[in-house]
Amino acid sequence: MSEPIAIQAPQPSSASRIGTAGFAIGIAIVAIVVAAAVIGNALVPQDPFIQDLGNRLKPPFWMEGTQAGHLLGTDQLGRDYLARLVYGARISLLIGIMTVITSGLIGITLGVLGGFFGGRVDDVVLFAITTRLSIPVVLVALAVVGLMGSGLGLVVATLGLLLWDRFAVVARATTMQVRNHDYVSAAWCAGASMPHILIKEILPNIASHLAVVATLEMALAILLEAALSFLGLGVPPPLPSWGLMIAEGKDYMFFSPWVIMIPGVALAVLVLGINLVGDGLRNLLGSERLR
Amino acid sequence: MSALLEVEELQVSFGGRTAAVRGASFRVEKGETHCLVGESGCGKSVTALAVMSLLARGGQRTAKKMSFAGTDLTSLSDREMARLRGNRMAMIFQEPMTSLNPAFTIGSQMAEVLTRHKGGSRAAALDRAAELMGRVGITAPGMRLGQFPHQLSGGLRQRVMIAMALMCDPELLIADEPTTALDVTVQAQILRLLANLKRELGLSILLITHDLGIVARVADHVSVMYAGEVVERATTAELFRSPQHPYTRGLLSCVPVPGRVQRDKPLGSIPGVVPAIGPGFAGCAFRSRCAHADETCAREIPRRQAGDAHDYLCRLAPDWAELQPA
Amino acid sequence: MLRLIARRLAIGVLVAFTVMTLAFLLTRLSGDLAVSIAGPSATQADVEIVRKAYGLDRPLYVQFFAWTGRALVGDFGQSYFFKDSVANLILKRLPITVTLGLVGLSLALVISIPLGILAALRENTWIDRGVTLFTMVGQAVPSFWLALILMIVLGLQFGILPISGTGTWQHFVMPGIVLAFTAIPALTRLTRSGMIEAMASDYIRTARAKGLSRARIIFKHALRNAAIPVVSIAAVQLGFMLGGSIVIETVFALHGVGYLGWESIAKNDFPVVQAVVLVLAVFYIGLTLLADILNALLDPRLRTG
Repeated sequence: MSEPIAIQAPQPSSASRIGTAGFAIGIAIVAIVVAAAVIGNALVPQDPFIQDLGNRLKPPFWMEGTQAGHLLGTDQLGRDYLARLVYGARISLLIGIMTVITSGLIGITLGVLGGFFGGRVDDVVLFAITTRLSIPVVLVALAVVGLMGSGLGLVVATLGLLLWDRFAVVARATTMQVRNHDYVSAAWCAGASMPHILIKEILPNIASHLAVVATLEMALAILLEAALSFLGLGVPPPLPSWGLMIAEGKDYMFFSPWVIMIPGVALAVLVLGINLVGDGLRNLLGSERLR
Repeated sequence: MSALLEVEELQVSFGGRTAAVRGASFRVEKGETHCLVGESGCGKSVTALAVMSLLARGGQRTAKKMSFAGTDLTSLSDREMARLRGNRMAMIFQEPMTSLNPAFTIGSQMAEVLTRHKGGSRAAALDRAAELMGRVGITAPGMRLGQFPHQLSGGLRQRVMIAMALMCDPELLIADEPTTALDVTVQAQILRLLANLKRELGLSILLITHDLGIVARVADHVSVMYAGEVVERATTAELFRSPQHPYTRGLLSCVPVPGRVQRDKPLGSIPGVVPAIGPGFAGCAFRSRCAHADETCAREIPRRQAGDAHDYLCRLAPDWAELQPA
Repeated sequence: MLRLIARRLAIGVLVAFTVMTLAFLLTRLSGDLAVSIAGPSATQADVEIVRKAYGLDRPLYVQFFAWTGRALVGDFGQSYFFKDSVANLILKRLPITVTLGLVGLSLALVISIPLGILAALRENTWIDRGVTLFTMVGQAVPSFWLALILMIVLGLQFGILPISGTGTWQHFVMPGIVLAFTAIPALTRLTRSGMIEAMASDYIRTARAKGLSRARIIFKHALRNAAIPVVSIAAVQLGFMLGGSIVIETVFALHGVGYLGWESIAKNDFPVVQAVVLVLAVFYIGLTLLADILNALLDPRLRTG
């Protein structure tokens, strides 16, 4: 049944306007966190690492017993909470970005190769993806860090080597769609070399879909790092990873719940922001199909 | 004799803004095949859906009159309307490939219509289903009962849809472009089937189509739609013999007739495109493409009679064509 | 369809072998195992004794084949620190993890499916956006943090549930809730999009034209089609839950396989680590196979016509 020709373009319903609001909120959140990470510690006068054992577990400014100069109170070693929180933003973002770069490189390469060449190459790529999916990620990440010692670089490398599956799947699927398009054949006929085709013709057309995956994977990496640090096998102390702050605060959580509330909320808000950005990107994409 | 289905001044809009149907009036008499014909986008399918109360979300309909066998359809609640659908009024659609639920067997999808409206046991319903499948020319109906839609071809699926529509012995069958998605040989078979059923069961059929060939073949009465309006109504013979509305004349001249078409003459066509009809549109929608339009065409258009059961919406007087060169 | 299953099974076996190899290599990452086992205060002689005792003086490939060969018959060796065979340890803990997984999944389905249907039927209304917001927040909240919050609220303030340990069914409630939370966002979205697609389909228009009741149209005709991917994804989600249970089990001190993995990592108990990785991988492979089978069973189009 054909649509009446007389129908005009529908106006965005209230809900899709909310969708754009979600995208805007997501970007705002991420922007704030990035700003905090970059200039935060310059603005907050306290040092995140200096201990002050006489001033332990002071509550934040909205509660009783708060101490001047410590807006969000202090942790169990007397360190300024706000300063640590802001520094933690830096760690989360750094880990998120570095992991995504690593896993993206691995996953996109695999996916594009498999999707473009098909046949045996594709079989190998699919096998690699299936194997990777079978591996219990958290357990293996913990094992690697547990056996080789914790450290920022190691965490990034481990997560990067483990979280490439979605990149590979999406890169492969979109490459398979794109490789049949006319402009690829045209480039072939014009004598373009293989690397040229892959880089100049295929990649730009799948890039937007991969950007969506990148946001989702970044959010996942941040959550995983928090879990690893929480279990003590992630970012080593005294670096104030938010996950580590929650772990350190765990012993005091029944009496001073803000110690775990604040970094937890920070994590949730950051991840939510990144996911909103990813969803917004996906919605933008949905209105234009692959050329 | 009052008509089985009477529709007067039906209007359908979506989102409160765009008018897909701006004034459709037609009658389907008992035991006849009535064709609603027009090009893509003229609103004929929407008209059928509106009659059955199957409009998509956001669609609103109003009508001066819309009655089926004396019952006013506009006053019925959703539940009362649902009791009519599949029961006394049935509808089949254009795409047989996707119109059946892939997860259930043919038999169960057919049986549920009967048990829903008339009660009875599932076994009895399955028996009737098999009987009807035989009636519409499906071989080995017993086996088909247990098959799934994806195991049947398009033509077979459309026959199943027809059989399914007949489960409760409806008085009216609305067929929305039932043969468009099928190949030509199957088309002919389906049309023949519908004609036979009409004869044997006394079924009334409202057939939506864009194909004048089909109209010529099966229709008793025709309503021509353009840009959301019924612009001409007549018996089939009358319409082909003496079309009055310039659009109808244009349509008929587009159909090449073997023997009459001359080699060096161009095939007929209607210049221009269907205009976008926004709210507040007045006058004749065809005027931008009509060779005989003048400024009165922008105002209300009279409905003219050209014989009994033949009327059309135009300022031109009946038989104007004889007074002017074609 | 049988060919498809046989093929998947064969691939699954290959994957399991690959994981076995990777698990083996994983534990060799830290360098000299004998040194780690012997401990920081061991002398060179102690290390050599340990090396011989655990067969670590043999070439790597010999160790690998020895382990693989025994693993195939279920013998994963002896744990270095628990006085038990690895196989026994895992077998004792497995029911806990599986129970937790099933509790989590059931809870997730009970919540996701109705929510997804509701959101689909009220598409683009405030209810729909509310559900979407709920799933987004659910995806953003770290599970271990949620666990702690629940501990504070349900365990301490209301005192209705135990906050750690294993033993009674109550010990599974909070961990089950947290685990469900990890799956609810994805399952809800899947149900919602499946229902939206189903309700917009031609066969639903036919169902309406047949005059069927609204309930029948939604729950029989639409849901039946929308549920197909949900069911198979649910099976895969269970696989992820089993693999990811380590964090939740550790927070709640629930003595399952995940917790065992955690303990053995902390103690450098390599045979156990290897075996746990392998067992969890095998479960995942099995569940994906189950998902394929369920898919084929539920979708008549996948069975040969």
